[in-house]
Amino acid sequence: MTDTTETPAGASAAISDYRKQEESITLSSSPATDAPDTELLTINMGPHHPSTHGVLRLILTLEAEVVRDVKPIIGYVHTGIEKTAEQKAYWKVIPVIERMDYVSYYFNAMAYCGAVEKLLDIEVPARAQYLRVIHLELNRIVSHLIWLGTSAIDLGAISVWWYCFRERETILDLFEMSSGQRIHTRYFQVGGVIEDVPRGWVERVRRFTKTMRTRADQYAALLDKNEIVLQRLRHTGVLDADTLLDLGVTGPLLRAAGNPWDLRKAAPYSSYDHFAFRIPVGATGDNYDRYRVRHAEIYESCDIIDQALDGLPEGPFITEDRKVALPPRHELATSMEALIHHFKLVTEGFRVPPGEIYYPIESPRGELGCFVRSDGSSKPARVHMRDPSFHNLQMTAPATRGSYIADLVATLAMIDPILGGVDR
Amino acid sequence: MPDATGLELIAQDLRDKVGDSVLDTLYFRDEATLIADPAKLHETLVALRERGYRFLASLHGVDYYPDEPRLGVHYQLLDMDRVDRIGVKIRVPLADPHVSSVVDLWSGANHPEREVYDMFGVIFDGHPDLRRILMPEDYEGYPQRRDFPVGGEPVLFTYNEDRSPRWYE
Repeated sequence: MTDTTETPAGASAAISDYRKQEESITLSSSPATDAPDTELLTINMGPHHPSTHGVLRLILTLEAEVVRDVKPIIGYVHTGIEKTAEQKAYWKVIPVIERMDYVSYYFNAMAYCGAVEKLLDIEVPARAQYLRVIHLELNRIVSHLIWLGTSAIDLGAISVWWYCFRERETILDLFEMSSGQRIHTRYFQVGGVIEDVPRGWVERVRRFTKTMRTRADQYAALLDKNEIVLQRLRHTGVLDADTLLDLGVTGPLLRAAGNPWDLRKAAPYSSYDHFAFRIPVGATGDNYDRYRVRHAEIYESCDIIDQALDGLPEGPFITEDRKVALPPRHELATSMEALIHHFKLVTEGFRVPPGEIYYPIESPRGELGCFVRSDGSSKPARVHMRDPSFHNLQMTAPATRGSYIADLVATLAMIDPILGGVDR
Repeated sequence: MPDATGLELIAQDLRDKVGDSVLDTLYFRDEATLIADPAKLHETLVALRERGYRFLASLHGVDYYPDEPRLGVHYQLLDMDRVDRIGVKIRVPLADPHVSSVVDLWSGANHPEREVYDMFGVIFDGHPDLRRILMPEDYEGYPQRRDFPVGGEPVLFTYNEDRSPRWYE
């Protein structure tokens, strides 16, 4: 801690200094034109604006209704999760890391567990890999449903939101059945999953994917050729694939511009190479393509889930390595060794050989890469998430400069940033 | 991923093109990494980009406390055509944490470089807008450094701070 924060006077001085500095931020760069009668207006959008999907603050420079410059200001939900992760044993990091991108929690856990498993060099049983794929794809559908519902509200259609959240409820019930929690489930563990799915779960998932396809058809009937949707989304927020790659944008946004990059196909992890699925791509890279790509991904996720359920292998759901995974409860009563392992894991946790790993997976928003550095102790020395929302947000200004403020709202909805992931 | 031999070939090629740019190579759990000289980082990345690693997947900072040089910056490059990844790692001393910015190569490096500056205090020379990004503008210290303590944060946004200073203690 520094001197200014030690004294009470210093603390309040720091606050007023901060206010002064905040007021003095240069908001806009160059004026739009040299014409003397055009006046630029700088306004603040957010951090509590409903269309910013969280606490994103945008500083807009407007010329009448045309956006001339956008500056995203982030950090309002920065909670220091990466710092917190350094204070905890490896397996206790999973619950905190899940809370980064709070809509796609399974993906955060998968990236982190994958990185640690690679550092430990352990094999994940086939059943665990399949169960992970099923949960990841269910979570992808949840994420896309939340995106679709909230985006439809931004475009003025509230009914879609009710339909999307109805299906989301069904998936959350499935999560509750398999793990006991609806969100932030802590289901994925280093080496596998915490427990096997209960009896009857598989049938319920099957029933769900069947209804999900018809429900997705219904969304399409509502939106695909809707006059308002077409007018708001077509030819707005256009960016080509090269610009997106330069900006570090991945995921459905990049695929909507015609680049079929998907890590599930390109560099398969967790048995994704066992399943046949297609990668939806767009042609022009406008907001309508972004909508169609994500909508089509819901069907592909259903296909993957069905195939994984059909081929779900028998066997253990977590690695047999007792140094990493907790022993089964019944062994504790009879085996001294199991008791020792249990005690070691719960108190200290497991130690990980020193090294550095970057483990990328395909989240609903793009490349989610987890970097873990181990120094040989039972706590990670550094955890960093390459969160796709954080990088995707950089396309806000290039995609909206020169467009109407209404198009900015539509583009922001189609970028689909999750601020928990942006700020971490 | 290039295999261990492929990594050595890339390293040798870089050493020929940009003199003494690669200090070391690292092949760990099928991940290929080049340890680069921070002074020649920019040329190294340009050369790698010409080899096909055209996408900057991730840029993050690491603190190697208590080792010196303490601060590390990692670049994860990706070749989408050959589906190939390579990491470039540099380390700079705490006393002189200057790294040349790569925003001119990838405009997407803007936010990540600001984050590394915010969290570790690495200064990226040539960055167009090097300000704090996640922490408040007037924040002092670099919270992701390993010797930065956890807890004890003064609460900035409180309405009665003036009346009862440091009430949160």
